[in-house]
Amino acid sequence: MKLWKSALAGFAMLSATTAAHADSDTIKVGILHSLSGTMAISETTLKDDMLMLIKQQNEKGGLLGKKLEPVVVDPASNWPLFAEKMRQLLSQEKVAAVFGCWTSVSRKSVLPVVEELDGLLFYPVQYEGEESSRNVFYTGAAPNQQAIPAVDYLMEQEGVERWVLEGTDYVYPRTTNKILEAYLKSKGVKDEDIMINYTPFGFSDWQTEVSKIKTFGSAGKKTAVVSTINGDANVPFYKELANQGIKAEDIPVVAFSVGEEELAGIDTKPLVGHLAAWNYFQSVDTPANETFIKEWHDYTGNEKRVTNDPMEATYIGFNMWVKAVEKASTTDPDKVIAALPGTEVPNLTGGTAKMLPNHHITKPVLIGEVQDDGQFDVVWETDDLVAGDAWSDYLPGSKDLISDWTGGETGGTPCGNYDTKTEKCLGLKAMH
Amino acid sequence: MKPMRATIRSVLTAIALCLALATPLHTSAAQETVPDGPTTAPTSAAETHDLAGLVSRLPKASYNEKSELAGAIAETGNPRVELILSSFSAGRLQATKEGRVVIALKDDGPYEDALTGDKLGMMEGIRLKKVRVNNRLRGELHGLVARLALSSPDASIRRHAARETFDAADPDSLPSIEKALSRETESDIAETLRQARAAIILKNGVVDEEGQLAAIETLRDRGDLEALNALLGLDKSDNLVLRESAASAVRSIKRTLEYWDVAQNVYYGLSLGSVLLLAAIGLAITFGVMGVINMAHGEMIMLGAYTTYVVQQVLLAVAPSLMSVSLIISIPAAFIVAGGAGILIERTIIRFLYGRPLETLLATWGLSLILQQAVRTIFGPTNKPVVAPDWMSGAFQLGQLTITSSRIWIIVFSMIVLAVLMAFLKYTHFGTQTRAVTQNRKMAASMGVRTNLVDALTFGLGSGVAGIAGVALSQIDNVSPNLGQSYIIDSFMVVVFGGVGNLWGTLVGAMTLGVANKLLEPFAGAVVGKIVVLIFIILFIQRRPRGLFALKGRFVDA
Repeated sequence: MKLWKSALAGFAMLSATTAAHADSDTIKVGILHSLSGTMAISETTLKDDMLMLIKQQNEKGGLLGKKLEPVVVDPASNWPLFAEKMRQLLSQEKVAAVFGCWTSVSRKSVLPVVEELDGLLFYPVQYEGEESSRNVFYTGAAPNQQAIPAVDYLMEQEGVERWVLEGTDYVYPRTTNKILEAYLKSKGVKDEDIMINYTPFGFSDWQTEVSKIKTFGSAGKKTAVVSTINGDANVPFYKELANQGIKAEDIPVVAFSVGEEELAGIDTKPLVGHLAAWNYFQSVDTPANETFIKEWHDYTGNEKRVTNDPMEATYIGFNMWVKAVEKASTTDPDKVIAALPGTEVPNLTGGTAKMLPNHHITKPVLIGEVQDDGQFDVVWETDDLVAGDAWSDYLPGSKDLISDWTGGETGGTPCGNYDTKTEKCLGLKAMH
Repeated sequence: MKPMRATIRSVLTAIALCLALATPLHTSAAQETVPDGPTTAPTSAAETHDLAGLVSRLPKASYNEKSELAGAIAETGNPRVELILSSFSAGRLQATKEGRVVIALKDDGPYEDALTGDKLGMMEGIRLKKVRVNNRLRGELHGLVARLALSSPDASIRRHAARETFDAADPDSLPSIEKALSRETESDIAETLRQARAAIILKNGVVDEEGQLAAIETLRDRGDLEALNALLGLDKSDNLVLRESAASAVRSIKRTLEYWDVAQNVYYGLSLGSVLLLAAIGLAITFGVMGVINMAHGEMIMLGAYTTYVVQQVLLAVAPSLMSVSLIISIPAAFIVAGGAGILIERTIIRFLYGRPLETLLATWGLSLILQQAVRTIFGPTNKPVVAPDWMSGAFQLGQLTITSSRIWIIVFSMIVLAVLMAFLKYTHFGTQTRAVTQNRKMAASMGVRTNLVDALTFGLGSGVAGIAGVALSQIDNVSPNLGQSYIIDSFMVVVFGGVGNLWGTLVGAMTLGVANKLLEPFAGAVVGKIVVLIFIILFIQRRPRGLFALKGRFVDA
């Protein structure tokens, strides 16, 4: 018993000294990704990605003469736990910046904490927009960088006239579909040519839904499915499509949540030819991407690990943060937030990502077709980089709103939701 | 335009044939499927050269160029064309670094030369790059291949090709269809061809009004969604007679389809019911017969699914030839793994908690989280691939019903499992003991039944059956650590609704819930449909707390 106690005391002392030691010459970086629970399938990769980026930065000599120290926490796919872990990272660990979250629910859950404690969060996943926070930088795609170009592609290149908007029942699909519906109608698509449908999380019995799509698609017009189906429900969906004999040539499905990681290891035969819209694919042939993939394989020691879009968004976010810290010569969040807009770093598809005053970045939009090896073959891409738009131009409530945290277009005062009609900032109350 | 060119080319080919010495480069396999036109004789050197030029340009071409090249390749009339184009559309046309184009006969070889058909073996150590295809190109290739395959001597190939030409509805296929019709002997293929001709006529208006009216009739007789699709294109036609005739055909097809729709939904319901039955049947034993609230039941299903994965991986490494029966091998394996886990759980946790339902619930809930995370740590968080054997993939038509093979097998399988389990409980010594213990533990003990052992084995039996369910569910759901979670609520619902302690109740409960769910779904949507079913169950349980088939007698509450 005595031995046990003294060992414990010794351990406590040891950890206290390392903590003190750590405070003085390292910069702490928080990583807030689920390592257990349903979201672990996607988020574990981003944690590894961050660890690799931090290791590389340290090999290059660290940042501001100090080494970076990753602080990994596990919010366990539990939305309220995200907020608690965020609080722990900011107030106990005193991290300089947090990279993390996946799904809008988790982001919305940490948002009040980040703003209250004046932290800094980089969010690396595509989302539905309609949000702008001074403390959050969105390096994933906004709807105008993913959903709208995808619909344009189908309309112009494949001649689609009838649309099925199929999604999982939560905030991202609902908002995205609202935007898409408004957009399609603005393009002259009639009500009877749009079918919107929601299914619960983890839905696996797609028989009725798919036969509904089949019936809807037999009206003499080219039909496509725009899918915001989330995660696990996707594979049974595509299997059912194949089983009922719906080929990609007849009714193509364009998905916003199906990437290399989701396809890794599964039998992709039923998916071949279906489409996905992203801002990055592993198959993109550029020197930067080749290096990145090689480093990833070396780091993980596994040649089969794939790379995907949120990994690129994490890569861009991390490099932007590094650059902004160097520019501000401090890790103080306020100064870094001020230094970030205008920061430019190369992306992995051969272009340059620029942080905009609305805390979104510029991205190319790529449409890829699923190949039978689980990779995507780019069939179309935008000519230029597309600037991320926080507030959709197609929704009645948000089309007059703009976000500018430098104050350039909002009458001098930084504002996340400036109404250009009334020339007023709606302020924090109207946010989130 | 194109048929004209084809004719000219055919004539030229015929002349070339007379002049050039035949150089038979093709293999005997390729000779079986001779394309249209008079090129039934061996290939000419000039033509192969032509084909070689076209094929060698494929790997580096853009999608638009590939599409043109494919058309030109089809027109060469070379006997290898069909194999080249069908391999191309399947992604099996590959190129070496030096630009030699080869065909993979199976996914990973062996290979043969695309032009000559020379066998190249496994081509180990040579880096091959796939000649890429996209959606549009794939569609065009299917059309081209189908047009060539219409003259195949094999009836099943012709039948498939006829269907493809109907889907493609490409006006360029019309001459080939006419030709194929004139010599077709199988009546069903001829019928499909006539329908394909009708669809092309309606889509492109290539014949007079009378011909179009006849085409409408042909499609009305076909009477399925595809026919409807072709007919609906006519509602903008300027010709009033045509439009009305098409509209009446559409009405009549829609009316019949409505009846089929109901049948289809009932079938979907039975299929969902069989999945619910499989998931719930193990629980019907552990919860229904033994009264243990086992929240880790879903994880037993998950273990079964992972066992299937492991069995397939082992077979792949040791005996690939057994892959087609991998699922059958997995059934006893999953039963042993999940059953063993069940016995272990019963001996280490549950036996201390008999008669304390709340503690059992909490303990097994914790256990389910532990099992999930353990599997996640061992196998990784990503979904695992479980391959469907050939006899379980695809679908067949029954009237206007689409019956998917995997679903029909699962219905059959769930019935077999139920029947075997019932027979086991009724006719075996162990079954009798189980029933004795659950009906009156003390009495059974005094008769010399080792109740402890029976408890452990019964729990193992229930878990093992859940494992077997996992084998079937691996075919229609993701094999991931969360697999079980999605079934646990449904399983309890089925058992409670059907009546605790009664396997017949489980059967009727599962089928009722499945069919009710699927009949509601088209009107209410998946989310609301599920809610309505839940409300129904809550109300039902208020009226009949013991479920559909309640056990009667004085031992029920013991």
